[in-house]
Amino acid sequence: MKLLKHSYITFLMLVIFFISCGVPNNPYPKSEQDAEIYYSTFDEEPKHFDPAVSYSSDEYTFIQQIYEPPLRYHYLKRPYELIPLTAEAVPQPRYYDTDGKQLASDAPAASVARAVYEIRIRPGIMYQPHPCFAKTDSDVLRYHDLTKADVKGFNEIKDFPMTGTRELTAADYVYQIKRMADPRLACPILSTLKDYILGMEAYAAALANGQEDAAFPGVEIVDRYIYRVILKAKYPQFIYWLAMPFFSPMPKEAIDFYSQPVMKERNITIDRFPVGTGAYRIETLLAHKEIVLVKNENFRVERYPSGGEPGDREAGLLDDAWETIPFIPKVVYKLEKEYIPRWNKFLQGYYDSSGISSDTFDSAVTFNDTGDPRASEALKAKHIVLRTSVEPTTVYLAFNMLDDTVGGYTPEKQKLRQAISIALDYEEYIEIFLNGRGIVSHSPLPPGIFGYEAGETGINPYIYDWDASTNRPVRKSIEEARQLLAEAGYPGGQDRKGNPLIVSFDNTWNSAGATSRLTWMRNKLEQLGITMESRTTDYNRFRDKVKNGNFQIIFWGWHADYPDAENFLFLLYGPNSKALRDGENAANYDNPEYNRLFETMKNMENSPERLTRIREMNRLLQRDAPWVFVYHPVVFGLSHQWLKNSKPSALGRGNFKYLRIDARQRAESRQAWNQPIVWPLWICLGLLILGTIPAAITIWKRERQTKQAPIADEASEN
Amino acid sequence: MLTYIIRRMLYAIPILIGVNLIVFFLFFIVNSPDQMARKILGEKNITQQDVDNWKRQNGYHLPLFFNTEASGGGHFTETIFFQKSAKLFLFDFGKSDTNNIDITSQISQRMWASLAIALPTFLVGLLVNITVSMIVAYYRATYVDFWSTIVAVMVMSISQLFYIIGGQWLFGKMLRLSPISGYDSGVDMLKFVILPVVIGIISGIGGGIRFYRTIFLEEVNRDYVRTARAKGVSEAGVLFKHALKNAMIPILTNVVLAIPLLFMGSLVMEAFFAIPGLGSFTIEAIQAQDFAIVRSMVYLASVLYIVGLLLTDISYTLVDPRIRFG
Repeated sequence: MKLLKHSYITFLMLVIFFISCGVPNNPYPKSEQDAEIYYSTFDEEPKHFDPAVSYSSDEYTFIQQIYEPPLRYHYLKRPYELIPLTAEAVPQPRYYDTDGKQLASDAPAASVARAVYEIRIRPGIMYQPHPCFAKTDSDVLRYHDLTKADVKGFNEIKDFPMTGTRELTAADYVYQIKRMADPRLACPILSTLKDYILGMEAYAAALANGQEDAAFPGVEIVDRYIYRVILKAKYPQFIYWLAMPFFSPMPKEAIDFYSQPVMKERNITIDRFPVGTGAYRIETLLAHKEIVLVKNENFRVERYPSGGEPGDREAGLLDDAWETIPFIPKVVYKLEKEYIPRWNKFLQGYYDSSGISSDTFDSAVTFNDTGDPRASEALKAKHIVLRTSVEPTTVYLAFNMLDDTVGGYTPEKQKLRQAISIALDYEEYIEIFLNGRGIVSHSPLPPGIFGYEAGETGINPYIYDWDASTNRPVRKSIEEARQLLAEAGYPGGQDRKGNPLIVSFDNTWNSAGATSRLTWMRNKLEQLGITMESRTTDYNRFRDKVKNGNFQIIFWGWHADYPDAENFLFLLYGPNSKALRDGENAANYDNPEYNRLFETMKNMENSPERLTRIREMNRLLQRDAPWVFVYHPVVFGLSHQWLKNSKPSALGRGNFKYLRIDARQRAESRQAWNQPIVWPLWICLGLLILGTIPAAITIWKRERQTKQAPIADEASEN
Repeated sequence: MLTYIIRRMLYAIPILIGVNLIVFFLFFIVNSPDQMARKILGEKNITQQDVDNWKRQNGYHLPLFFNTEASGGGHFTETIFFQKSAKLFLFDFGKSDTNNIDITSQISQRMWASLAIALPTFLVGLLVNITVSMIVAYYRATYVDFWSTIVAVMVMSISQLFYIIGGQWLFGKMLRLSPISGYDSGVDMLKFVILPVVIGIISGIGGGIRFYRTIFLEEVNRDYVRTARAKGVSEAGVLFKHALKNAMIPILTNVVLAIPLLFMGSLVMEAFFAIPGLGSFTIEAIQAQDFAIVRSMVYLASVLYIVGLLLTDISYTLVDPRIRFG
């Protein structure tokens, strides 16, 4: 009985607790209720915050708020446009021949022996407050000779009581470029940069041999605010690298500070605690739980952009033009590994923005008569805004061009691959498996990249016909595919000896939905009489197969580093063969004509002549069909009405400074949407009481019986 | 007693070596050091030289078990197995392969989040299970017993994932009584802990009732219970005073063994409730092919399991005076 009484008390305490909480499902402290804080999520712990090492979009979400390379992409304009960030202007390269004579800006690549980029940094830019800059009264760096006792109990940067700052200089950028050459850091773009930056290869080799003071002629400090990067060839795409965190400034004081043995022992490193000049700095880093950024107190005056692309003004994206940024003083990112809780908390107003998974797509998005996506009625009722954008990504099926069956360059082999490309109806695939979140590709180039062409000129004529009446491409019929297959030597899917054509598809599709996707592919190829064997494996084995050229067909994709055609078309450049040279050309495609065109195209400025080359290259790819061009993903993003100025950007992720929160509106909405419903608890309590009454009566009766029984026995004995 | 404990601890050494060997063997069947390096360094622009550099920096450049190029004892000591295993026995877990974070500090940080969920779930769950089992045993052979058994089997048959998603939907989304997920320290922890604890108790109640009911039913049919009844002890007194005390050995076997493993956390619960505990730490390490963390966590779990078994044996002497260690 005592236990039952305790159960009631516990239950009542729970009910009282829920009621006293006000909005008990609010995961944030009450003090943050009306604060202008941006709440979002991450689903994987970031591994590196060192800009020389970090190379993942998840990590860029954070470090691009903190580190500032000299250039950036315009927040609103599309196609993506490079503009200065800490630089005074976007640098124009100066070209020189082997004699040191300056050449014209349109000089042919073959005549260029040196390309010099001179970058002028704006004066007056200050670093965030950080202990690495803290000085004593005698002007000595305070925390650069630390002992174990000095850092006892310190786990984060905020544990250091004193901070300092200093002005950003050109030397910081040069120092960072030198860091990238350090083989101990394993900078992921070092192999690329070594091919272009003068002396970088030799400098990296010298560092590997412990020669810290070796010469590096490819970078030089001109004065306090100007530095130069010298390339050994014409490489117009270099300008895009200057907008990536790799080329951010790194104060030497920071590296000296973090390199102290006691700091390493406490795991306080540059890879966890960045030092930058950006709009935000890290306040709390608990990567297994949350990452909190706060406004950099030393951030300069910067203004919200006053121009964008058509439609931005109507969407309210220019309402804050010329206002001082950042608007939001604090950004909180919570680790949410599972989509369902993340999505439900977004709907409750506890996250300000969200993506959409396939599971919730139907309840979140509807399509109007013209096929344009709209937020569903349920989301509209909460004034949730839907935005879409095409990713600079290309997804493809690669044939192994070294394979005896599906590879090769003869007209028969081309027709075999074209037939398969026709049969795999990726319009249907996108509808069924992606809820329409993709656009079918006709070449490696996605929209927004120079060289991409919509309309009749842009279609893949080997797979599509142009329907003038609807102004749309129409996939060739399966009969035409069968005809191509017959011409390839496989009439009805059989070779001349009557053996069936069997192709293997190597993949890592282990998820629940994989079977239906594989079945779809099998069915599509069976229309041609081709049998597809799926070889599903783990990613390690898959990667080894691709590396060794031990496959026939694979499914893969590429996300652009920068918005230039070269960054897509190099995926099919012969010398980049994955199997032969460990490059990025997974199809091992090697067409001398394509290679020749690529070599000239890659060094050209965007121009009609370059467009012509790109068209020629695309035609070669469409004819040879080393890839089945699959799709370019379309990202669907949702945000609450109180989140202002949100515009998706696949390349520039340093965007928190542009966002604005209407905290009052958010607090009101949360209050209205999250009133607790307590009555079911009262019903449960009532049922518990009702249910225990008969039990209590039974216990009482039994106890009476047990007590009476010995008396009765004694009576009978007497 | 002390001799017994020392002997058991010495027995543990070959067991731990064996466990470590199996983990090592299984891990490197699936992943080669090259594959680990490529996974950790990323996909783009990684050369074999980068891979070799990473392996050298992280000690994976050595042969796995036998170094033909070394001499003497170096054949065995200059191998990945020896270099990575030896320090484990000194509880030096080293640093994570993926992000160089100190594993010991991560364990000591995350352990509390795991315990915040696991400990109340375990204690309250134990109390609820024993209480309900005793009530069911009290009503043995009645409709209460019959329906309780059916409900217990039903509860056991449903996946824990269902309870988690259903609980989040009902209490977090529909009734809005608790946060759907999240975790905080201090007093704020309470509002995050209630829902996973309640779900943990409910999802475990089926198995618990079935197990403890069987124990109690065995006890209530013994001679001493009949004697107690004959002496006029009430039915509740028989159950709570006599049967409960005598059922302690099987209960202790179950309970003491489980206590050390509470530190390891719950893999699914922590992932769905965004609780930064050791369960999610282990899962993330497996996904990231972080051998340093995987082997440390398996080693720790093995040690805790061995400690649990030892504690169970010791606890027998406390509840049953007949048991003595030779």
